[in-house]
Amino acid sequence: MSTLTGKVAVVTGASKGIGAGIAKAFGAAGASVVVNYASDKSGADKTVDTITKAGGKAIAVHGNVSKLEDAQAIIDAAIKAYGHLDILVNNAGVFEFSPVEAITAEHFHKQFDINVLGLLFVTQAAVKHLGKGASIINIGSLASAGTMPGSAVYSATKAALNAVSTVLAAELGPKGIRVNALNPGGVITEGSQAAGFTDDNPFVKTMIAGTPLGRLGQPHDIATAAVFLASDDAGWITGQLLNAGGGAR
Amino acid sequence: MSTLTGKVAVVTGASKGIGAAIAKSLGAAGASVVVNYASSKAGADVVVDAITKAGGKAVAVKGDVSKPADAQAIIAAAIKAYGKLDILVNNSGVYEFGALEAITPEHFHKQFDVNVLGLLLVTQAAVKHLPKGGSIINIGSLVSRITPPGSSVYSATKGAVDVITGVLSLELGSRGIRVNALNPGLVETEGTHTAGFIGSDFDKQHAASVPLGRIGQPKDIADAAVFLASDDAGWINGQLINAAGGAR
Repeated sequence: MSTLTGKVAVVTGASKGIGAGIAKAFGAAGASVVVNYASDKSGADKTVDTITKAGGKAIAVHGNVSKLEDAQAIIDAAIKAYGHLDILVNNAGVFEFSPVEAITAEHFHKQFDINVLGLLFVTQAAVKHLGKGASIINIGSLASAGTMPGSAVYSATKAALNAVSTVLAAELGPKGIRVNALNPGGVITEGSQAAGFTDDNPFVKTMIAGTPLGRLGQPHDIATAAVFLASDDAGWITGQLLNAGGGAR
Repeated sequence: MSTLTGKVAVVTGASKGIGAAIAKSLGAAGASVVVNYASSKAGADVVVDAITKAGGKAVAVKGDVSKPADAQAIIAAAIKAYGKLDILVNNSGVYEFGALEAITPEHFHKQFDVNVLGLLLVTQAAVKHLPKGGSIINIGSLVSRITPPGSSVYSATKGAVDVITGVLSLELGSRGIRVNALNPGLVETEGTHTAGFIGSDFDKQHAASVPLGRIGQPKDIADAAVFLASDDAGWINGQLINAAGGAR
């Protein structure tokens, strides 16, 4: 794996699932990691424990990314703990599926506030600390391809994330800051299991059948790619929407 | 950088430029490398020397990828030298710009034979040796997206590389073989110097359109290639990745 020695990273929504996988891989690669969580303190503490027990550095920091002052506080905590910031992973996100007939303003705002506005708030707070060589990774989704019935709002938030990624790559490039989206396909996490996306779910079966590598993803699959994008080995990669989905589209 | 310890790689067109840099980086990451060349033996020998002096393993193997017998021979040489094959980097390519009025069948076939048919022939030879976890990296170009005027044929070959990458990622995925395209923007190489790109108006215009504000270096591309070759990219398949500092 690429090295992140001496770098400081913030991972939002890192108490479980993909975010926790990324935080742990960053810690293992040598970064000091701020493990952000919105509600699951014990999950975040577990992530921190895993990193520190493996000899790495990490702290858990509470904050709801969709609140401006929380977004600021997450970044402030990174600077206070480690003195600088090099890597931001905008991973915090929620998903909620609904057929078009059932879409409500609440369903819309809940997802757009966290998945898009929250991403912008945290990035806004981070960017004044990020310098040449810094890396922002936005965790999107293959859903942005817009092929999943019942996911209009969720998929729209992820399409927005793609657009924000390429806009910010152009906007922050002159400062030497790279911005990429890392877009997982179906990943087995606590969240997806709780939502009923288990192996016997017909939707999951279809998803596996549509994946050339023939399985669902694991958080670790996404985390190893995130370590690359965070590292100087990806120094020439910016503005990319990288699907991490085993070839699924 | 990711580790490639114990893996065997073939890099076509590796006597200079981007191919040479990829070969050296794969070697530095622990892979045994077949350094293919079509005409510049001296260049390939320099690359092999650089790898072996740094403690790595490499051999130079001659072969024109557009000839079926040569394509077979390149892969056979890898198996003979190292007993197996894990990574194929289809990097061999030629470019020749020409306005529509100047396009001839020769201009067309020269580029399609090497850039597209050659890629297919080497992949065909390689695929029977590639195991689960094998990685194929096709070196495309940003031109498939930015389509510069006067580059119809060259850009078309690279559009074809993108499409073949998508097709083969579906076709070979069930065997656990990943296929991705790595698409550089303008890179400073012996080739782009010789072609007069470096220092030209095109160069300046391009650099101004790159968010990171410079043109690429071979190492920029090589670092990304090592990742795609490695198990760290085990879930990355069928992707067209621009390595171009954000240029589009």
